[in-house]
Amino acid sequence: MAAADVTPLPNGLEGDRTRWKYLDKVLDRPGPFTDPDSFVPGNHETLERAKVLVIGAGGLGCEILKNLALSGFKDIHVIDMDTIDVSNLNRQFLFRAADVGKYKAEVAAAFVEKRVKGVKITPYCGKIQDKDEEYYKQFAIIVCGLDSIEARRWINSMLVGMVDGNDPDSLKPLIDGGTEGFKGQARVIFPTMTSCIECQLDMHAPRAAVPLCTLATIPRQPQHCIEWAHIIAWEEERKDITLDTDDPEHITWLFQKALKRAEEFNIPGVTYSMTQGVVKNIIPAIASTNAIVAASCCNEAFKLLTNANPFLGFPGTDNYMMYTGDESVYTYTFEHQKKDDCPVCGEEALARPLEIDPEATLQDFIDSLAERPEAQLKTPSIRTTDKSLYLQSPADLERLTRPNLEKRMKDLTAEGEEMLVTDKAFPTMFKYVVVWKK
Amino acid sequence: MADLPPPVQGPTAKEKKYDRQLRLWGATGQMALENSHILLINSGPGVVGLETLKNLVLPGIGHFTIQDSQVVDETDLGVNFFLEEQHLGGFRAEHACNLLKELNPDVQGSFITEPLESWLTQPDSLKPYTLILAIAPVRPELLTQLQAHADQALAPLFYVHSVGFYSHFSVYLPPAFPIVDTHPSPETTTDLRLLKPWPELLEYAQQKTKNHENMAADDHGHIPYIAVLLHYLEEWKKEHNGEAPQNYKDKTAFRDLVKQATRTDNPEGGEENFEEAVSAVLRSLNPPEPSSTVKEIFKAPECVLIRENSAPFWVIAHAIGLFYTKYGVLPVPGAVPDMKARSADYIQLQNVYKSKARKDFAEVLESVRFLERNANRSTQIEDKDVEAFCKNAAHIKLVRGRPFHVVPAEGDLKWGSNAKSLVFLAWDKFTATHSLDGLAGAPRPPGSSEAELEADTEKVTGIALKLASDLTKQASYPVDQDDLDTVNSQIMELAQEIVRAGGGELHSIGALTGGIVSQEVIKVITEQYVPVDNTCVFDGVRSKSSVFRV
Repeated sequence: MAAADVTPLPNGLEGDRTRWKYLDKVLDRPGPFTDPDSFVPGNHETLERAKVLVIGAGGLGCEILKNLALSGFKDIHVIDMDTIDVSNLNRQFLFRAADVGKYKAEVAAAFVEKRVKGVKITPYCGKIQDKDEEYYKQFAIIVCGLDSIEARRWINSMLVGMVDGNDPDSLKPLIDGGTEGFKGQARVIFPTMTSCIECQLDMHAPRAAVPLCTLATIPRQPQHCIEWAHIIAWEEERKDITLDTDDPEHITWLFQKALKRAEEFNIPGVTYSMTQGVVKNIIPAIASTNAIVAASCCNEAFKLLTNANPFLGFPGTDNYMMYTGDESVYTYTFEHQKKDDCPVCGEEALARPLEIDPEATLQDFIDSLAERPEAQLKTPSIRTTDKSLYLQSPADLERLTRPNLEKRMKDLTAEGEEMLVTDKAFPTMFKYVVVWKK
Repeated sequence: MADLPPPVQGPTAKEKKYDRQLRLWGATGQMALENSHILLINSGPGVVGLETLKNLVLPGIGHFTIQDSQVVDETDLGVNFFLEEQHLGGFRAEHACNLLKELNPDVQGSFITEPLESWLTQPDSLKPYTLILAIAPVRPELLTQLQAHADQALAPLFYVHSVGFYSHFSVYLPPAFPIVDTHPSPETTTDLRLLKPWPELLEYAQQKTKNHENMAADDHGHIPYIAVLLHYLEEWKKEHNGEAPQNYKDKTAFRDLVKQATRTDNPEGGEENFEEAVSAVLRSLNPPEPSSTVKEIFKAPECVLIRENSAPFWVIAHAIGLFYTKYGVLPVPGAVPDMKARSADYIQLQNVYKSKARKDFAEVLESVRFLERNANRSTQIEDKDVEAFCKNAAHIKLVRGRPFHVVPAEGDLKWGSNAKSLVFLAWDKFTATHSLDGLAGAPRPPGSSEAELEADTEKVTGIALKLASDLTKQASYPVDQDDLDTVNSQIMELAQEIVRAGGGELHSIGALTGGIVSQEVIKVITEQYVPVDNTCVFDGVRSKSSVFRV
């Protein structure tokens, strides 16, 4: 047959692999570190057929979508509930000034589909909590680029809950990235087999809140004045208006209140930018760090699916890479150990010891749960084996248990008693055993 | 009317767009970025260079230029995000430049399609650029030319590889690259001078702890912990011949003394300010001795002799060196951490530290002015630069930039080694000495064709092993045979993995390395944080980086 008679296949699609020449080198040839039992030279199908879910289409998500598309993945889904803000444009490179206000997931998916031919990206503009087990079950792997610990804990607990010992297909590897300034981390989790997000929770301790009495009576820092305006002054003076931290008028009001209070106490340093930072809890973010962490996540996803090289997260090996760029370049790659008493992936019968001050009131204890690095629960409902101490809902039960908030812990429970904590943000039951603080 | 608050100057459009990064490097860092013009000399598959530029265009460098004579082909589309199907057959530099410019309308972009070899022969071709990024493969003789320019123009030069799962970069910084704004972590920077208090600080402590035995519970629970510690230090000294706690044993004994002074007969059963005092003992009772890094800076030749054209850094460093010689301490930085205290007491304490910091700064400034007059300097260093230096004097850094190693055509290597850097050098040597059939001059990376895979692996391994053995011959100390065997088997594996890639880039490794290199470029241009000195390798097989000096 003459060469001219052959209809050329469309570029980049099945058959013509010219476009993927570089990728094919590592797909076709084994290397010195590849596991000969799991690596199949020339296998392009696994990658092309794998359905991947990307959670988050922000700074990390934009990078992840681009990297996966150019690593040979063809069927990508992306979830994000947010719309584009002007402050995203310094790093979220799939968005332009004209896109401000549109859904991130939609704009990002359309952009990458247009740029990289042959890849299909399905956006969902909404919350991860809108989706159920059936939905998450369809994916081979889940890559997270989120800025919220709560969302990470939710998907983690969903994936751990999905694992069915009799069905190897129910185990979905979770790859998670996070950044702050010049630092970041990438980690790989095999739900129930290796350390999970909940096991690692204390590595990401929340910033300690300033006591209310400091804000109310003895502010010392400009941030104290801003928090006062945010938590106390707004409640007192504009209770009927819902605070919108994206409304410049609202931020301006808080800024002026804070400034006035700071002047009263001779505290220097309140600025508009600081007000915004404190009220919105802004974490500095740059394109470079997102690029590093997102690419590390995608490199692991690629290795995991192709076995082209060993990947992070294989049980008994390193599963966590920490990156620091403030001073030179430093990575720390290690194995984070699974915790037997993890409330999500640990043994069900095990309750974690929880140190409680017997003199503290139930309200104090509830407040402390939000800040304890290993708990971080903001809206807990608490029961002991035989009674409900406090329930957030329904309203009737909340009213009934509310008087307990004033009572001291020693009058509500006893050393060694088991305590069950639930929080509407998570499907998990947190089981603790009371240990009195000495 | 008088009660009306002042009108608020909301953030500008630019401040809004760059908000998340201005919180890191501030307006001065941003200005430095906006005044920069970065040259990318692109080659190979081209991913790592363009991904680096992406991360620099987004935060708003002033101008970038891409030099690349390659034409867009089908393989570009499978690995490069900044090229499209419609660009096939066009110049890679031109189209990538246009797509990168879309990312930020405030950034200017240009491109050069002339081959590097002839372009470099033009006079002053490299003159406009603040910083140069050269992507491997670059012919050794051209790389040497780039180094000569970096040396003469003091323009930082990066040389970057991204090959398969591995990447590498070296940076040639000017021979003296000082940094004042190193952004040390706040936990390590508190310098309270509790062992070297000045009269106003002691007076403050006395005032706040006067008659403390008889204070009401609420007053006692609000004495700032710094005053608590200073008070008990004076008590301790009375019992110990006027000496403060010297060693760990003394300090724990002193800590117990403070702990026992805590009142527990109150409703809380303890005192937060005393808890703060107790936990600060081991951390804060250290003599305020500057680090050896800082003392070395005072001894540097540039610091010792101030000339008419010395960089401001050296003038200020000299002045601070004088201050250190005179008092045995650096200027007080002036920051006070937050602590349990009443507002007025805390503000008063802050002012005690601030006044001392201002006084020290004034003295340093006076020396700076004296040095300026003495050296006949025409322009004055700005007060705020001297002030910033005083505040961070304990954390200043000096990087001694030096040329990295270009693979020599002939002759021996004369530098420190690392198995990974040797493999990249071997890769360079192979590529420089092999060209693609029919395309005279186009370099051929090892492993690019199936037929020669085995032979290429052997060659690259051979070159790397030879480099290693040359190095051991030169070593001034005997090399352990077991160590050598380990290095050699490491080299063999690394060489095999790097040849496997056939000179190709994996997009993720290119993107990751582009992220690291762009962080480094930002650090170098803003002169903030601390850059790599001078070589970094990323291993995408194990997900680990290593940094070393070659």
